[in-house]
Amino acid sequence: MKVLVTFAEVAAVADNFEIEDGAVADRYLEYDLNEWDEYALEEAVLLREAGVADEVVTLTIGPRQSEDTIRMALAKGADRAIRIWDDSLEDGALEDVTTRAALMAPVVEAEDPTLVLSGVQAADDGYAATGVALAKTLGRQWAAVVNDLSLDREAGTARVRRELEGGLEEVTTVDLPAVLTIQTGINDPRYASLRGLQEARQQEIEVHTPAELGLDEDILTPTLHRGEMSEPTPRGDTEYVEGEPTDQAEAMADLFADAEVIEE
Amino acid sequence: MSDVLAVVEHRRGELRPVSLELLSAGSEIAEDLGGEFHVAVLGGPVEKYAERLNREGVDCIHTVANGSEFNHDVYVETVGALCEDLAPDVLLAPHTVNGLDYVPAVAVDREMSLVTDVMEVEIEDGEDDEDDEADQHLVATRGFFESKVRAPVTVDEWPVALTVRPGEWPSADGVEDVEVRPFDYSVSAESIGSTVEGYEAAGKSDVDITAADFLIGVGRGVESKADLSLIEELASVTDATIGASRPLVDRGWFESGRQIGQSGKTVSPDVYLAVGISGAIQHVSGIKNADRIVAVNTDPHAPIFDLADLAIVGDLYDVIPALIEKLR
Repeated sequence: MKVLVTFAEVAAVADNFEIEDGAVADRYLEYDLNEWDEYALEEAVLLREAGVADEVVTLTIGPRQSEDTIRMALAKGADRAIRIWDDSLEDGALEDVTTRAALMAPVVEAEDPTLVLSGVQAADDGYAATGVALAKTLGRQWAAVVNDLSLDREAGTARVRRELEGGLEEVTTVDLPAVLTIQTGINDPRYASLRGLQEARQQEIEVHTPAELGLDEDILTPTLHRGEMSEPTPRGDTEYVEGEPTDQAEAMADLFADAEVIEE
Repeated sequence: MSDVLAVVEHRRGELRPVSLELLSAGSEIAEDLGGEFHVAVLGGPVEKYAERLNREGVDCIHTVANGSEFNHDVYVETVGALCEDLAPDVLLAPHTVNGLDYVPAVAVDREMSLVTDVMEVEIEDGEDDEDDEADQHLVATRGFFESKVRAPVTVDEWPVALTVRPGEWPSADGVEDVEVRPFDYSVSAESIGSTVEGYEAAGKSDVDITAADFLIGVGRGVESKADLSLIEELASVTDATIGASRPLVDRGWFESGRQIGQSGKTVSPDVYLAVGISGAIQHVSGIKNADRIVAVNTDPHAPIFDLADLAIVGDLYDVIPALIEKLR
């Protein structure tokens, strides 16, 4: 069986960033493989190593510059990589997760994997909805926030544990084929080997434009518009302690003593 | 038209607290839109739930006696049918693990705009004609980059599905005499492709972090497992208990019973000392009941500082040894 992993390259903001023209200034952004998707990729590679899956394909919506990150996924064990892009996607169409799902759906349909694994959320925007939206677009089953997974190929089902709030987990069986959104901690993602990185450099990445996928231009018209970013207004009563570590230690010790959690 | 429908959440016989927050959010939006505010509760002892949902601002409560616990297929079908019936402009649900498991599917099915993890909602009138309802826009404010920044998202097309971040709206209060209307709907067997088999408690722990008076929370700022000895030394000097943020549990440095936050434990110590924790929303929701919060972080923008009483902007590798020295 085939496993398809959707993954995103995400930006993280550095400490001491600045907002310019309504967005975090580019020089404070560091691009990397989305953490949740790393666990999804590892889960897929583990399934192949266990002989359950025979091929792992990744799917990314991203510009050419995301290919370094895609190669990282290849180096970590993906067999093939597919990328969807057109420069018009920079105009805000991707703010809408249902548009992302619509872009990915034709590729998933053509590849027809038994399992699609996707991270619970992207670290940069955190909509946490693409996987389930993709499943519904495809008319497949799904489960969100999965931290354990076993397949019953004969019954054609996946048995998953969904991580609910407050230390509670739900055990659910879903019909295959299915889309599962993978939570961090489900496994221990590997590092790419040097050899893997070298081999990944030679590999071809299949690229499709939305037009090639037969998508109507209408769905690429943005309907959600992200406005100007700002820093959250502080509550106002936080006391910042500047100075040397010894001064800071003293302020902390005073608070502990005042709260009577230590003896003076 | 211009109505709002909120679908509340319950689990094992209890409404979840976020449900009452949802009522505040919903009545606020309905008022801004000039429409009615409908609430729906699906599955379980719906009459009992309806009594608790009888709150200020609610115009009608729809009860759907269908199953006992959450099942996403049942929710997608039933909420879809309710939307068909009521044609709300705004569908509201909590931004929770179960909210995430069905709201995106409803949005796809019913071609609704979708904005998740929303912290604030405003209705803006169009510039051309303030009385023209069709020209109204919904603006949902949410966090980006792990809540280090926030931005408004303007939605062009109605109807809109929103998932609402827990803890952002107050719980609705006041008892009104709200109409309760049973909604008769049976889900077709073909539409069910998933079965919830039961619940299990996540990992146990020999230490009860919820009982600690002085709790130290450790996060990503600690670079290696060996460095935890520094925190252990501080804990021994102060007689504090150690808990951890999710990434350290994911790495296997701590058992899951020590995890603080949304998917772990909610704690209420006299003092919570957050060391190298940035303060992602999932963590912050678990420490809101702490009496006093002290945070040590190198990043002055770390969201944890917003919640802290005392903010120590500095390197834990300098600050913690100084603190141990001071307290010894």
